[in-house]
Amino acid sequence: MSEPNELSRRGALMKLGILINGGIAALLAVPIVGYLLSPLKGRAGQGYDAWVPLGSLGQFPEGQTRLAKFHNPSVSPTDGQTAEIPCWVRHVEGQTFQVFAVNCAHLGCPVRWFAQSGLFMCPCHGGVYYADGSRASGPPPRGLFTYPYRIDGDQLVIHAGELPTLAADAGIASGGRKPCLG
Amino acid sequence: MPWLKSVGEWLDQRLQLGSGIREAAFHRVPRSSANWFYVFGSAAFTVFILQVVTGILLALLYVPSAAEAWNSLQALNHAVTLGWFVRAMHGWGSNFMVALVLIHMVQVFLFGAHKYPREFTWVLGVFLLLMTLGMAFTGQVLRFDQDAYWGLGIGASIMSRVPLIGGWIVNLMLGGPIIGGNTLSRFFALHVFVIPGMLMGLVGLHLLMVFKLGINEWPMPGRLVRRETYLKEYHELTKRDGVPFVPDAIWKDLIFAGCVLLAVALCAIILGPFGPSGQPDPTIIQTVPRPDFFFLWLYALLSLLPPELETPFLLIAPVIGIGVLLLLPFLSGEGEKSWRRRPIAVLTVLLAAVTLGTFTKLASYTPWSPKMNAWSGLPVPVQYLRNRSPLQRTGALVFQEKQCRNCHMLGGTGGERGPALDAVAVRLTQDQLIRQVLQGRGNMPAYGKNLSPAETTALVAFLSTLHPVGQQPARDASRAQAAALGASGDGSQP
Repeated sequence: MSEPNELSRRGALMKLGILINGGIAALLAVPIVGYLLSPLKGRAGQGYDAWVPLGSLGQFPEGQTRLAKFHNPSVSPTDGQTAEIPCWVRHVEGQTFQVFAVNCAHLGCPVRWFAQSGLFMCPCHGGVYYADGSRASGPPPRGLFTYPYRIDGDQLVIHAGELPTLAADAGIASGGRKPCLG
Repeated sequence: MPWLKSVGEWLDQRLQLGSGIREAAFHRVPRSSANWFYVFGSAAFTVFILQVVTGILLALLYVPSAAEAWNSLQALNHAVTLGWFVRAMHGWGSNFMVALVLIHMVQVFLFGAHKYPREFTWVLGVFLLLMTLGMAFTGQVLRFDQDAYWGLGIGASIMSRVPLIGGWIVNLMLGGPIIGGNTLSRFFALHVFVIPGMLMGLVGLHLLMVFKLGINEWPMPGRLVRRETYLKEYHELTKRDGVPFVPDAIWKDLIFAGCVLLAVALCAIILGPFGPSGQPDPTIIQTVPRPDFFFLWLYALLSLLPPELETPFLLIAPVIGIGVLLLLPFLSGEGEKSWRRRPIAVLTVLLAAVTLGTFTKLASYTPWSPKMNAWSGLPVPVQYLRNRSPLQRTGALVFQEKQCRNCHMLGGTGGERGPALDAVAVRLTQDQLIRQVLQGRGNMPAYGKNLSPAETTALVAFLSTLHPVGQQPARDASRAQAAALGASGDGSQP
């Protein structure tokens, strides 16, 4: 037998074995990590967000705020009901609209519109917004999130696809585009 | 039964488990530890086994698909024989497990069991607590209903507040840019594979350490833990005044665990399964999402924190809290074990309990939330309408119609977001009422754009009548003077 600290044949082979396994593990880690991080892919700017129709302009009378739904542009086959997303459409006048996310800017609960008092109220933590989406009271750090919109013929179309949160609003990494503008 | 013995010997020769089991079963524990205070850990473990068994039973029928999960829960509740019972056991088992883990932790802390040489047993316990809470949260998501959907939204909104990488964390958590099929699938993987796998491993290690290091002895005031002498003292104690774990100590564990299982079953039978509430359809916005019991304190906290403190608190407090728990045994690894000589430890536990209890209680009636249906569902109390002028009654109508009631109580009913208005006329003069209503202040929105002058006049006329009998409404002393001046012919005064 050799000295304990001397490189023996078997010791060297074991180290070689560990090295080979380590190398293979590192190689395998690349696709595994790539798979795990795949939800971030949309963030590199390749289309989970899109222009989606909300319906004809006639559904949104001037001066009123109404609930609309749209089909979420990024879908998986198992989404079920969660693929239908609501939003509040306020027809200010003429061609001017405001399309608000229902998600409270505080922590995302669904805000409800009260036409009589002209307020959006959140059932969770007590956030309240004025008709134009600006913060009225409660814990929200800002006004309601709004979707960019355009008018296509007689269709109201909005740019959507991302859960409106404070991070989505900051426009991080979605190629500088802001699916949910402030 | 000699044949049983020979079968046992035959097996043990091949499995080689007997000596280990005997060692664990008959190892000597301090007589003082064979005590009713030492049963919570084993009870938590028992409920964990129950959760594994009932969880597997549920997985036989549950469909982890956002499109099907809610329907499969309905089928479990209503169509499958005793499906409701298995769901109820799993749901109540979850509550019991969180409770038992917390009680176990408090007992361990008050009895100084986290001190030398059991520091890592405590550290593992902290991770076990976090995983138990992780199971509770992910389990709430698997009950894929309205609360689960909006609860995910709340979780994502919290994560989105992380600076710089918040957006990425949200996408990783949801499995995409928005809550959908991928979200439920990954929470299923977490709840069924990832966290339970880690839990089993850590529970095994935790138990091994309890056996190897020995159960904590009953803490005697004045008997201090010293690194140099503790192991020797403990060894002597178990020799001098020790009893075998089986049967002298374990019978109490067994009886308590049995009672806990019985309690879970009784809760399940009498109170039934949890939900599911409404369908996970985000377009149904007539919902008031609520977290499960053990997250109610967080719900209250998120409502009561001042907005500018919220993000720092959400991101920093958990790190500090977990850090303190993890470092605790290393910062106070020696010295006094008994709670009788550790007043700060006792006060800390009491403070934590009172704080969590208060927040949980508050979250049970959410005074910070507007009552969404108060304006249409709760009439103005009759005594506030009797003998009132038409203008004042019109004001009461405005009060209801403009949803004032959603945030303000009248006669003990209505929202609690703002102050009750039964005596508002005593606090505010007419001018102050008008100002408050039109411009808002503090938490109150401004109603200037949504009230016509006539409505404002009527509303304030009504509010001015709200004062207790025999107590005069507030009045502006300068008005009388102004009126007197006006009467004396000074035309420049308005």
